[in-house]
Amino acid sequence: MSANESALMVELTGVAKKFPNGRTVLDPLAIEIRKGEFVTLIGPSGCGKSTLLKLISGLTPPSQGTIRVDGLTPSNAREMISFVFQDATLLPWRTVLQNVCLGLELERVSRDRQRKRAGSLLTLVGLENVAASYPRELSGGMKMRVSIARALATNPRLLLMDEPFAALDEMTRDRLNEELLRFREEQKWTAVFVTHSVSEAVFLSTRIIVLAPNPGRIHAEFPVDLPIPRTATLRTSPEFDLLAGKVSRSLREAIAQ
Amino acid sequence: MKRRLATIANALAVFAALMMVWQLVIWIFHVAPFMLPPPLAVARATVAKFPLLLQALSITALEAAGGLLASVVVGVSVALLFAQSRWVRRMLYPYTLLLQTVPIIAISPLILMWVGAGTAAVTLIAFIISLAPIIANVTQGLISVDENLVDLFLMHNASSEQMLLKLRLPHSVPSLFVGIRIASGLAVIGAITGELYAGSARVGEGGLGYSIFYASSQLQTDYLFALVAATTVLGFGFVFLMMFLEWYFLHRWHESARAPDSD
Repeated sequence: MSANESALMVELTGVAKKFPNGRTVLDPLAIEIRKGEFVTLIGPSGCGKSTLLKLISGLTPPSQGTIRVDGLTPSNAREMISFVFQDATLLPWRTVLQNVCLGLELERVSRDRQRKRAGSLLTLVGLENVAASYPRELSGGMKMRVSIARALATNPRLLLMDEPFAALDEMTRDRLNEELLRFREEQKWTAVFVTHSVSEAVFLSTRIIVLAPNPGRIHAEFPVDLPIPRTATLRTSPEFDLLAGKVSRSLREAIAQ
Repeated sequence: MKRRLATIANALAVFAALMMVWQLVIWIFHVAPFMLPPPLAVARATVAKFPLLLQALSITALEAAGGLLASVVVGVSVALLFAQSRWVRRMLYPYTLLLQTVPIIAISPLILMWVGAGTAAVTLIAFIISLAPIIANVTQGLISVDENLVDLFLMHNASSEQMLLKLRLPHSVPSLFVGIRIASGLAVIGAITGELYAGSARVGEGGLGYSIFYASSQLQTDYLFALVAATTVLGFGFVFLMMFLEWYFLHRWHESARAPDSD
């Protein structure tokens, strides 16, 4: 592998996806994501953004084209990938701590190290005091924090997130957006994030890809060069509004096509 | 606490009223004791034959418990097989339905012929009648796992063994208890019905069903009433025990098994 290639975390070349019923979900497309980027995929429903995440994670094979994750095939790269789903998808019969341990347990890490790692992640997400609680005792926002802690516990280098905050109220969502960036300061994972929300996309990303539907394809790309670290005050700044306006307009065009 | 006492007092009052109506019916219509014995006679028969009654009760309870235990073991195993593929399910599921629809009375003579009268035959009948709900519920629990959870496990390269032990089996526990709750009532009914046919290898000694049959043939109607009451107690006891186990294992995490005072 050349030095140039190893700078890429995700590389999709001519990737297309058809469902078994013949419907085209994704037209052939190419996406390159460098290490350390936070890329958001935004688009109306039917644009194949969730499918893209599943392709990168190796959960679904592409109908054509090749996918590389840090130079490897997605299924060989699984150890460095974590997935955060739209629902918290916690195991209800496990305590919060046991849920955070799950990935490490499946990868057969020793129990001592599981506990230590999970404990430090619960501290990171601010939930160390509910470690022994069961998921049903938690609010939606807390469940999602547990879900993120679980994803980060295996020390991923690529984090795939499929609308993780879509079901939360706006205040919780804003706060979790800020926290997500704070978590990222400690572990420099690359992120591919799917959302419907323009302001979430602008706030989190270093790059936004707008997708158009039926079949899914890339409509536009926006680099986000807002200052880092980002704080809550950014949301009320003129630069933020300007970019959010541009993305919204692009999104409207994508839907209208 | 006060409220609970009031509930108990009300229930006792209703019971006393019923006993009085019962006694009045006998006085007014001059009913013969072998047709309808007075409540006191039933109470006397209960006390007089208490050791025998207890023995009958424990025989039936053991048969029902044995049948239920066997149907849990076999039912979970069959469900694990069914959960392997849709193909297996399609091929074998009709036979589970058959198990559910065959009238137990109709096959008891066969079982009697094959196994011989006695505890084994009755346990087998209790097992057959309580098997279907276990298979159906556990299979449902094993296959209805959230797809995202399956994906999550796949993302961590989970082995099929981990997928089963850490995801599918724990996920099916609430359904198993739904199955057990239904099956526990059926097992008691199965044991009693079974005893009517395949009751006992020895004359005069057997479970509740057998004793009911025997008491009615001897016109010991007062003891018959005591036995019928005992079957009700047994059925209730079984279902309550299973509901307690369900609560015990699930109340910490499962929505359906919340203790009434936990929220």
